[in-house]
Amino acid sequence: MTAAGPITKETARLRWKTWACAAVVVASNVSGNYLLKSGMPAELPTPLAYITVLFRPEVTLGVLLLILWLASRLALFSWADLSYVLPVTSIGYVLVAIAGRVLLHEQISNKRWVGIALIMAGVALVGGGTAPQTYSRETTRGDRR
Amino acid sequence: MKWALVGVIVGATTVGEVLQAIGMRRHGEIRDFRLGALGRLLSVLVRNWMVVASVVAMAVSFFAYLGLLTVSELSFAVPVTAVTCVLETVLAKYVLKEHVSWLRWAGASLVVFGVALVSA
Repeated sequence: MTAAGPITKETARLRWKTWACAAVVVASNVSGNYLLKSGMPAELPTPLAYITVLFRPEVTLGVLLLILWLASRLALFSWADLSYVLPVTSIGYVLVAIAGRVLLHEQISNKRWVGIALIMAGVALVGGGTAPQTYSRETTRGDRR
Repeated sequence: MKWALVGVIVGATTVGEVLQAIGMRRHGEIRDFRLGALGRLLSVLVRNWMVVASVVAMAVSFFAYLGLLTVSELSFAVPVTAVTCVLETVLAKYVLKEHVSWLRWAGASLVVFGVALVSA
């Protein structure tokens, strides 16, 4: 069975699974990075400060969310292409900009709106226009049930 | 200092993500998401050197990124590290042998330009 074959049911299953997992990847990354940034002090003067900062509650929760990000991304890479995952999960940049406007009442300039439109176009092209998996499954040793 | 950190981040992220993709592809598609199965999966993955090396590389990249944020603005750090998207798409084609169609090239390029504009 190859990914390029005309198995539409299998393709559809993989696409939905990919989108669900990508949603977890993006949500955990955006929320994790937000907490990390809001809990981070202005300066980290010594190497020890890099370690002790991890024990601030916001930073700890942020790190836990980034562990979920790592785990969900490992899962995603177990079936989806790298050249698919990278552009599609970039929708996170858009969510950060939107969250800045909604939560922090930041202004979104025209230049930023253009950037948001470009990212969304890129995500739509790759996510909607290409299959999540293009390599042959014969080359992997995965479980085939 | 700033550009040295950028070099470390781009290098470590690229190596880490490509190793992650190769290591997980060799493992094969994860289909069982129940807790017990995930525990067994973890014990398999800690013995997958590519996955372990990728996590080490991502940790290097993470701490270098924290360092970069202390010496530069977010509006510099975010777009400059988004360059890895194009670099890794090239590696996905030649190392991972993925079929990178013109739609994917266009998508990856749009994302990088978009990130530059959003962060500027």
